Amino acid sequence: MRPAFARNPLGSGFAARSLRRTAEPWLYLSPALVILVLVLFVPLVIGISYSFRRFTAFRSSYVGLGQYRTMLHDPALGQALINTVWWTAGSLAFQFLLGLGLALVLNRRFAGRSVVQAIVFLPWAVPSFLAGLTWAWLFNPVIGPIPHWLYAVGLQSQPRNILANPHLAMWGPIIANIWFGVPFFTITLLAALKSIPADLYEAAALDGATVWQRFMRLTVPFLAPTIAITVMLRTIWIATFADLIFVMTGGGPAGSTNTVATYIYVSAFRAMDKGYAAAVAVLLLFLLVAYALVLIGMRRRLLPQ
Amino acid sequence: MIQAIPLRHRRLLGSAGLYVAVAAYVVFALFPIFWTFKISVTPTALLYTQGATLWPGRTTVQNYVAVLLTTDFPRFFLNSVLVSGATALVVTVLASAAGYALSRFRFRGKQAVAFLLLLTQTFPLVMVIPPIYRIMGSLHLTNSLSGLVIIYVAFNIPFATFLMQTFCDGVPRDLEDAVLIDGGTRLQALTRVILPLTLPGMMATIGFVFTAAWSELLFALMLIDDPSRMTFAVGLLSFIGKFDVDWGQMMAASMLGLVPACLFFLLLQRYLVEGLSAGAVKG
Repeated sequence: MRPAFARNPLGSGFAARSLRRTAEPWLYLSPALVILVLVLFVPLVIGISYSFRRFTAFRSSYVGLGQYRTMLHDPALGQALINTVWWTAGSLAFQFLLGLGLALVLNRRFAGRSVVQAIVFLPWAVPSFLAGLTWAWLFNPVIGPIPHWLYAVGLQSQPRNILANPHLAMWGPIIANIWFGVPFFTITLLAALKSIPADLYEAAALDGATVWQRFMRLTVPFLAPTIAITVMLRTIWIATFADLIFVMTGGGPAGSTNTVATYIYVSAFRAMDKGYAAAVAVLLLFLLVAYALVLIGMRRRLLPQ
Repeated sequence: MIQAIPLRHRRLLGSAGLYVAVAAYVVFALFPIFWTFKISVTPTALLYTQGATLWPGRTTVQNYVAVLLTTDFPRFFLNSVLVSGATALVVTVLASAAGYALSRFRFRGKQAVAFLLLLTQTFPLVMVIPPIYRIMGSLHLTNSLSGLVIIYVAFNIPFATFLMQTFCDGVPRDLEDAVLIDGGTRLQALTRVILPLTLPGMMATIGFVFTAAWSELLFALMLIDDPSRMTFAVGLLSFIGKFDVDWGQMMAASMLGLVPACLFFLLLQRYLVEGLSAGAVKG
């Protein structure tokens, strides 16, 4: 397995060599890990410790599992959980499908491709609160065009703001989020497509494989690892992403767009109980980790390597 | 049924459909940005009276002039370029190393590392802000751009590492082994095989991290008080006054804020468009 020069002429050999071999991956990992642990993991642990305390204006006291017990009888939280599933699934499905379609298209040659590619990136570069403001503006019947279009095609009897309608309000932030998140999938999947060796396609084409066969047997297996990891991370990010909803609807009307993430913001800032917010955040953490484990398990089954 | 249409026509139909689909998406992607632009050139007096029209009756560049000459925005832009550029570079280097380690080695604790990376993504930012603020304070890194870079690096490492891991996984091991068997060192295998083949992935990573840092607001807001060190996203908030919002100037600044991001993507384009085939490396 290893070339001959790996044998050490001094003979002090095996221990040093195996130490070097065990140490090598850690050498590459350590700069990333040190920063991660110091800047994120330690604060995460401290953040979790807040969930066992109750905070008032000037001090805090240990309450054990008190915050978690409060959580069990919180109807707003139940609604927020349902909304979170809705918000995450709706945003993710469209982001992924549009992103994949666009990546496949951009992987082909056509006139104007480089212009399209540059434009595709743009929404990702817009700060999220600004994206929220702009979309809220677009949905506003006084200063925005969308209600007038809906009225013109007969979908609304008069121009109204869907953000003010509890049954439809969630679609506002979801549409904004689709707009914002498509570039993520487009670019990661496009980069993955680019690293598929072109000769494999040529060989398959010579063997008489149809476009569909080439897609299913070459493209999908090659993309699968990237898809698995991006879908997993994106789900987690969307579920914890509060900016768009916070700016566009503030969780309203009547709590209809309140997700667990916005609920945490509201609890931490407006209700001023950092302890309760932390407990809700821990609940979200557990749900997301469980989701990730299920996804990783599924991936193991589907991809035997 | 489809077979009845001659192949040439089918191709034509296919590319027409492709263009329509691409055009539809481009409109969707650009419309909010167009609207931002429209607001930025609309005189304040017409902002509400002609709010729902596609283009105002009168336009003005006054908002742009004001942003560039009377506000600190040139300074904010420079700060953002420095912070985002440094973050993108550092993250890509660290994440490439970490992704390579996760892709090419089997070792104890690998699962734990992957789990740690994942875990740090599952907690809403708002809950880690107070502890991070305290840690950065004790390191004297509040109110400094380097402090901001360190935080952004930490936040972007997990995703970038996973991404680089999948790109390293995509590189056939034989290519690397071939270099080693020819008597090359691991470093040579790295620079001759891994680096060129994962370049599209690295460029995508740089692009993502740059824009993520460019548009980040929460930490920039919490960590920096000194106006000379504010970033572009925080600067945008300065247009929101106690009683009203200066929409025109805010949107003008937003449009200007897209310029560096656009330039950056144009620079990256080449690597993403070209792509590399395994043949290019074998030769």
